[in-house]
Amino acid sequence: MTGSICVLAEQWRGRISEVTYEALALGREVADRGGVQLTAILTGCNCREMTRMLGAADSVVYVDHALLAEMVPQTCADALVQVFAGARPRVLLVPLTNISLGIGTLVGIRMGVPVINFCKDVTISGDRLEAHCVMYGGKIEATVEAGAPSGPQPAVLGLWPGARTADKGRAERDVPVTDMPVVLDDARAIRLCRYIEPEAGDVDLTKEEALVAVGRGVQDRGNLPLVEELAKALGGAVCGSRPVIDQGWLPLSRQIGKSGLTVKPKLYVALGISGAPEHVEGMKDAGLIVAVNSDAHAPIFSVAHYGIVGDVLETLPALTAAIEARKAAAPHA
Amino acid sequence: MHILVLLKMVPDVVEDLEIASDGKGLDLDYLRMILSESDDHALEQALLLKERHGGKVTVLALDAPEVDDALFTAAAKGADRVVKVVGMDAGFTTRQAAGFFSQVIADQAGLLPADLILTGVQAIDDLDGLVAPLVADEFRMPYLGIITGIMVDASGKTARAIKEFPSGVRGEFEVKLPAVLGVQAAEKPPRYVPVAKVRAAMKSGKIESAEVPTLVDGGWLAVNIMEMKRNEPASQAEMLEGPTEQVCNTLCGILAGRGLV
Ligand SMILES: Cc1cc2nc3c(=O)[nH]c(=O)nc-3n(C[C@H](O)[C@H](O)[C@H](O)COP(=O)(O)OP(=O)(O)OC[C@H]3O[C@@H](n4cnc5c(N)ncnc54)[C@H](O)[C@@H]3O)c2cc1C
Ligand SMILES: Nc1ncnc2c1ncn2[C@@H]1O[C@H](COP(=O)(O)O)[C@@H](O)[C@H]1O
Repeated sequence: MTGSICVLAEQWRGRISEVTYEALALGREVADRGGVQLTAILTGCNCREMTRMLGAADSVVYVDHALLAEMVPQTCADALVQVFAGARPRVLLVPLTNISLGIGTLVGIRMGVPVINFCKDVTISGDRLEAHCVMYGGKIEATVEAGAPSGPQPAVLGLWPGARTADKGRAERDVPVTDMPVVLDDARAIRLCRYIEPEAGDVDLTKEEALVAVGRGVQDRGNLPLVEELAKALGGAVCGSRPVIDQGWLPLSRQIGKSGLTVKPKLYVALGISGAPEHVEGMKDAGLIVAVNSDAHAPIFSVAHYGIVGDVLETLPALTAAIEARKAAAPHA
Repeated sequence: MHILVLLKMVPDVVEDLEIASDGKGLDLDYLRMILSESDDHALEQALLLKERHGGKVTVLALDAPEVDDALFTAAAKGADRVVKVVGMDAGFTTRQAAGFFSQVIADQAGLLPADLILTGVQAIDDLDGLVAPLVADEFRMPYLGIITGIMVDASGKTARAIKEFPSGVRGEFEVKLPAVLGVQAAEKPPRYVPVAKVRAAMKSGKIESAEVPTLVDGGWLAVNIMEMKRNEPASQAEMLEGPTEQVCNTLCGILAGRGLV
């Protein structure tokens, strides 16, 4: 594994996460360019059969332990540090998701190597490692170099969801698997008691063809009826970004993004949403994305197909009226 | 119960961000600094726990423009002790920030023991790590992030923490105390505090200062920004321009053309 490109394969509740395949896709590119091996590392308990899903890698290191059955970041980090004790990789790619958040930081500090978050691209030339990162809620892109130039050393890279398409890293086959025993502390400072399933919402947002999403830019709960009217005109449903849900303006079942739902409607209208990576993660694959934002530099415009720079409170009624007028003019459309 | 809250100021990204002339960072002259959003939730969660279980909330914030406002606001909201960590050069990384917090927590009288150390789950500039796991590792405490609720058990020795997973699923964890938790959202939105109360807190002027010791130079851990540029998102989307009504009609035509209206 020395010098190889490694990917932490996230498995959660019996499935490999989508962002893992993105990480494998990027890892494959980097490994091929550098002529080195791509190794996936799967931690868990009784889930060896999932190694088949990691066919984009040249080989898989499988770490089986009862304490790895559920994802506790410190426990997983303990295991990874042991995996790398004998053979240090060139790069460990960790998906930045709600499953693994924190693991990259912990592995980095325990191995004494640099950590770079929010990576969407990596290039390695000789001893230099350069990452391209998304910062400040998507407003800034940075080129980042890791480590002092004293020979190649490992780096832990947090993968920005959306860096690659998951399909590019998806390959099912029998991959060579190495079992790696680890010793983990059973004192259990942290223990999962149970999962709390999301309450079923009144509508299944993942089945809607049109979604009208509101963000903090809608400013006040009192403006939500305007949003409902647009959704009604489009025959769709209302959803929102995290701050809108945290404020209690919409129920949790309407949250789109990293912690909420991932949706792929035919039409996604983003109103007063900045387009932070955590939101974009949940809606980037919508068929047509329209964004309205008063800030011409809002990152949402980099995923939108059509953009309007303007006040959402002005645009909302005007758009609803335009749609209603068109429907009235062409009643059979 | 004693709860420590760690706060960091970050640029307000609702404003336009300008790049510094060396092309490697943000132009500080144009920045408006605000409290990192999830740190604000960490503070709120601490105050809610204090209301429920009694005890004391101590807030530590790293020096930055507007940090006094954030600390006085915290005091006005109910924090018992507010400490400003001073003496570092501007432009520190998250790994250094965690180092400053850890040193001050270890050195300053009365900060330990703490039952809980709360901070935000992630800030928009956390390029080289996250504060919560770094501080947890320093003190060999349990760590969990993306927390949206905390209940301390009657014994005071364990807490139940709610952590967010993907797709709206949450996990209820038992965590041994003391622990470091990265808060995503408090159980209630951060409370509003009237300006008059913040002014009153300013008058009583009780921000303490704690000088940071020099950190051991971890040059090998360095993460250097070579170039920064503004994402130019408007170059990606087709921007519809003109008076509102006209723009809306154009958009409506586009939607109709695709059978979406
Ligand atoms: C671990 C983790 C998980 C997360 N999970 C999620 C998630 O599942 N979903 C999610 O959405 N976020 C999530 N977030 C939060 C995310 O980082 C952002 O903070 C959030 O998406 C911002 O929401 P927003 O765009 O509504 O608000 P802001 O970022 O505050 O943006 C508001 C926008 O409205 C615009 N605006 C203001 N006034 C007007 C007006 N009058 N007219 C038009 N535009 C206006 C502003 O220009 C701005 O762009 C998560 C964060 C973390 C760290
Ligand atoms: N803030 C919290 N702290 C700890 N546990 C919680 C909290 N909120 C909810 N729970 C647990 O989650 C369960 C369901 O919560 P809910 O669906 O949010 O009403 C409750 O029965 C609690 O056990």
